[in-house]
Amino acid sequence: MNEMNEVRKPPVATTGIIGWLRINLFFNWTNSLITLFVIYCLYQFIPWILDWTIFSADFKYNYLGEQITNQEMCSRNLDPENGGACWAVIYVRFYQFIYGFYPKVEVWRVNLAYFMLAFALLPLLYTKLPYRKYFLYFTYIFPVIAYFLLNGGLGFTEVSTNKWGGLLVTLVLGCTGIALAFPIGIMLALGRRSKLPVISMMCTLFIEFIRGVPLITLLFFGMVMLPLFLPEGIDMDGLVRVLVAVTLFQSAYMAEVIRGGLQAIPPGQYEAAKSLGMSYWRMNLLIILPQAIRISIPPIVNTSIGLFKDTTLVIIVGILDLLGIGRGTLADTNWLGLSYEIYFFVSLVFFIFTFGMSRYSLYLEKKLKTGINMGAD
Amino acid sequence: MRSNLGFFSDEKFRSIFFQTLVVGLFALGLFFVISTTSYNLEKRNIATGWSFLQNPAGFDISFSPFLEFKSTDTHLKVYFVGVLNTLLVSITGCIAATILGFILGIVRLSSNWLLSRLVYIYVEFSRNVPLLLQIILWYSILIQLPRVKQSLQVLDVFYISNRGLYSPRPIFESGFSYVLIAIVLAFISSFLINRWAKKRQDKTGQQFPVFSSSFGLIFIVPLILFFILGSPLSFEHPELKGFNFKGGLVIRPEFIAMFLALSIYTAAFISEIVRAGIMSVSKGQREASAAIGLKQTWIMRLIIIPQALRVIVPPLTSQYLNLTKNSSLGIAVGYADLVHGFGGISLNQTGQAIECMAIVMATYLSISLTISFFMNIYNRSIQFKEK
Repeated sequence: MNEMNEVRKPPVATTGIIGWLRINLFFNWTNSLITLFVIYCLYQFIPWILDWTIFSADFKYNYLGEQITNQEMCSRNLDPENGGACWAVIYVRFYQFIYGFYPKVEVWRVNLAYFMLAFALLPLLYTKLPYRKYFLYFTYIFPVIAYFLLNGGLGFTEVSTNKWGGLLVTLVLGCTGIALAFPIGIMLALGRRSKLPVISMMCTLFIEFIRGVPLITLLFFGMVMLPLFLPEGIDMDGLVRVLVAVTLFQSAYMAEVIRGGLQAIPPGQYEAAKSLGMSYWRMNLLIILPQAIRISIPPIVNTSIGLFKDTTLVIIVGILDLLGIGRGTLADTNWLGLSYEIYFFVSLVFFIFTFGMSRYSLYLEKKLKTGINMGAD
Repeated sequence: MRSNLGFFSDEKFRSIFFQTLVVGLFALGLFFVISTTSYNLEKRNIATGWSFLQNPAGFDISFSPFLEFKSTDTHLKVYFVGVLNTLLVSITGCIAATILGFILGIVRLSSNWLLSRLVYIYVEFSRNVPLLLQIILWYSILIQLPRVKQSLQVLDVFYISNRGLYSPRPIFESGFSYVLIAIVLAFISSFLINRWAKKRQDKTGQQFPVFSSSFGLIFIVPLILFFILGSPLSFEHPELKGFNFKGGLVIRPEFIAMFLALSIYTAAFISEIVRAGIMSVSKGQREASAAIGLKQTWIMRLIIIPQALRVIVPPLTSQYLNLTKNSSLGIAVGYADLVHGFGGISLNQTGQAIECMAIVMATYLSISLTISFFMNIYNRSIQFKEK
């Protein structure tokens, strides 16, 4: 009987901070050991990186209080014991990183275009926007406005594209590539699923060819082969040639993503549309594509992230995007040896854009899951 | 309604009409491109044809581990060196990315919050920064290593400097081929033993120590043979002479940068694929296998991984394809792969852009198709077989 009365310990806590720590960090002794080891490593690493990037770093002035104009004036080059990163290079070259060699008097045009881009993207990204319809009209005419604004014409002085650079080129390539590849991708996807054997075969061959070769070979194609294909007198701009290559590349990937969306549409939708007497184009434009595109938006955003990162490849054919400006700055004797600062900055800019896009695609995925598939299982 | 369209309302006629139209327009476009191209080529005095492949290249290739390359060799040899270098970095990259990706994918699912967060941070950073930037960054780190004279020494035989990694070069003597044959035979026989043991286990339920017997066959037997034959393998150590090392095996920083960047970048994607694959196996599978008394490691090996692989392999294939295509970025750091050597320098020297690009594209296409072909076979072998 005594055994029955023995006092049993209460179960260990699984809630609250202590409980959370116990479950997630100190579950058993190997787990605890790993946790302690990781904490030790972080303890070694985090103060060092914070010191390098922030506390010992130069932003505009070095530790003597002088304004930095070249790498020799960076604190760490004056006194190796006493200095971290030298962000002054970003400060001094900031204009080039954002606008390239765009003339300073005309730079308001780029700023206006950046600002209008944000407005044009707003109704695409946020579907619950009030008066979205009118915003969308603006989105449709934005490319025309941006072309005249950036390139010149219609009373604006012309700024040749070899003066463009930095973030401007990265954004122009990324946005134009994605925007042009979207309709072409839809046509290719419809073509690949077409019942007409010749059209379906041609689209399949095109898509598989583009997906089978690296982007860099397509860029070379645009740079060295395209001029040979065109008749005399037509001289294509370097940026346009690269854009052709990037668009071809992206449209093949876009086509595959949209084809995935088309395949997910149940055959009943096709049959219903046909039974109402709709033609092929009316059926696709009004019934099939709106549904297919809606479910393929998350993968479309994902391939767009890929393209955005891949725009850096244009530096290989001599176009100065963000990374190109970074490398150009490194080649300047004034800023020799600051590679970590420059690459850190360029990575950070790309990270902000691509991470933002990937978060957005996750948000869409979640919304779609609760919106469409509700009750489907 | 129907009659005013005439022939056009007939679906069959319309289909033939449109297809003929498309083919006609395509042929017209092709004719136009070919005629302008041949005119342009003639005007610019650019030779055509494939004879340039036999001309001497006239430049050196710094990294050619498999073929001896001199500047008097032909462009055709530049091509082969390029293909081998592309394959080298792709294959080693795929292997490293797979191993790292699997480990990270499993660690990401670990119950240890701190560890899984760390992997999450790594994945987000390496996925969201352009690969080209990562390659250039690794390269710039590697060339800032100490000079040859102050090179870092690891285990007394490896030297790391800004000119790359110097390691001893193995020299195979006459008897070594027997050891190689023994290893190949051991692989074949352990594969057969594995099949036999599985069949026997299905029939009788008896287990056979497959792992230890395969280990013995593959490692111990060739090792014994190696010593019986009097160790037919020696090493040539790198020696510092003047300003550089002489002898030994050198792995150039361009290759190391490419290898590190490609495998670290792709591993981030693979780890997410592996994570999704493991999470796709329903919780009931794990609980059911625990209920019938399987050990934790066996649950992973026999129940979870085989089912996860079905989800993992198709996206893994496209990661391998991506890595192979991304290896073309070697041109940014001067790694002498297909695009840099043949598509870059040879193209510039001969000016025969169309021929060079056609060969480069065709080669990438065939590499891609080969990878897809083998991965599809593997994929079919692991898919769920309905009985």
